[in-house]
Amino acid sequence: MSLGLLGRKLGMTHVYDNATGKATAVTVVDVSDNQIIQVKTADKDGYTAVQVGIGEKKPGRINKAQTGHFAKNNATPKYDIREFRVEADAPAAGTQLNVDQFAQGQWVDVIGVTKGRGFAGVVKRYNFSGQRQTHGSMMHRRTGAIGCRLTPGRVWKNQRMPGHMGVDNRTVQNLQVVAARPEDQILLISGSIPGPKGGLVIVRPAKKKPAPAAK
Amino acid sequence: MNKLEKIQNEQVKPDIKGFNVGDTVKVHTRVIEGGKERIQIFAGIVLDIKGTGVGKSFTVRKVSYGEGVERVFPFYTPRIARVEVTKRGSVRRARLNYLRSRVGKNATNVKEAASARDVANA
Repeated sequence: MSLGLLGRKLGMTHVYDNATGKATAVTVVDVSDNQIIQVKTADKDGYTAVQVGIGEKKPGRINKAQTGHFAKNNATPKYDIREFRVEADAPAAGTQLNVDQFAQGQWVDVIGVTKGRGFAGVVKRYNFSGQRQTHGSMMHRRTGAIGCRLTPGRVWKNQRMPGHMGVDNRTVQNLQVVAARPEDQILLISGSIPGPKGGLVIVRPAKKKPAPAAK
Repeated sequence: MNKLEKIQNEQVKPDIKGFNVGDTVKVHTRVIEGGKERIQIFAGIVLDIKGTGVGKSFTVRKVSYGEGVERVFPFYTPRIARVEVTKRGSVRRARLNYLRSRVGKNATNVKEAASARDVANA
């Protein structure tokens, strides 16, 4: 995995391409205040990675251990911290990362936590069709049959039933960067991404699409 | 939410305004065919203007060979070159859905031609 950015989902809108006149639905992601907090090396930590933080936190809100960790690496306290596995030669700790590392047209993956839906039925959770609403039907959105009779005499594993839905880690692969705006430190990413507005998302170069030519 | 609003507001251009519900307009649309761009005109009555911000849109209705044709245009799309007002209408509704049920001459003609006062208010 290569170095990506943390961001906050701001919401969705659409933008027009002036050449073709096409409207593209985009999600706006705020990636300001990304800072490298720690560089992990094979010698010391057994693997190479960088720890990246986003969102300023008041110094009084963190404990002494965390204060020391941030201070040691010339970083300011951050709300959210995530790690990116990188090859060697990462930028030094304390470096501010910005939106320049993503170019227009680049393919990215976005990782986030989906919105919570609580305890959901099968119609919402698994797109079951449900049963008829009228003509004396009294089982509108119920599960229906969940198995056979004597054979197999039990319910199959992974039978889809009602239960908790949402608040899952989800990765959306191969989304395109429509624009990267350095002045606001925002990314415009084509399509939708997981999570509520204000939610933390991780944007990384796409794993299954080639990266753009070296900058 | 300011950064999001900024993107949206950037796309909101004031220049396309100047028509209202009930006006008869010619919408000059850019059509790209085989790499070449030309202007195609869609002429009719403005049925409604909906929405706000980048999502704002308007509907134009015309009767073509006896068949009603409606087209919804996004207000700020670059595919519209300009909107030309051929006749000012004076209407008492925000949405002229009642025109859809009209047949024959009534279908397009019933817009009252505007008085000078209506144009000034528009």
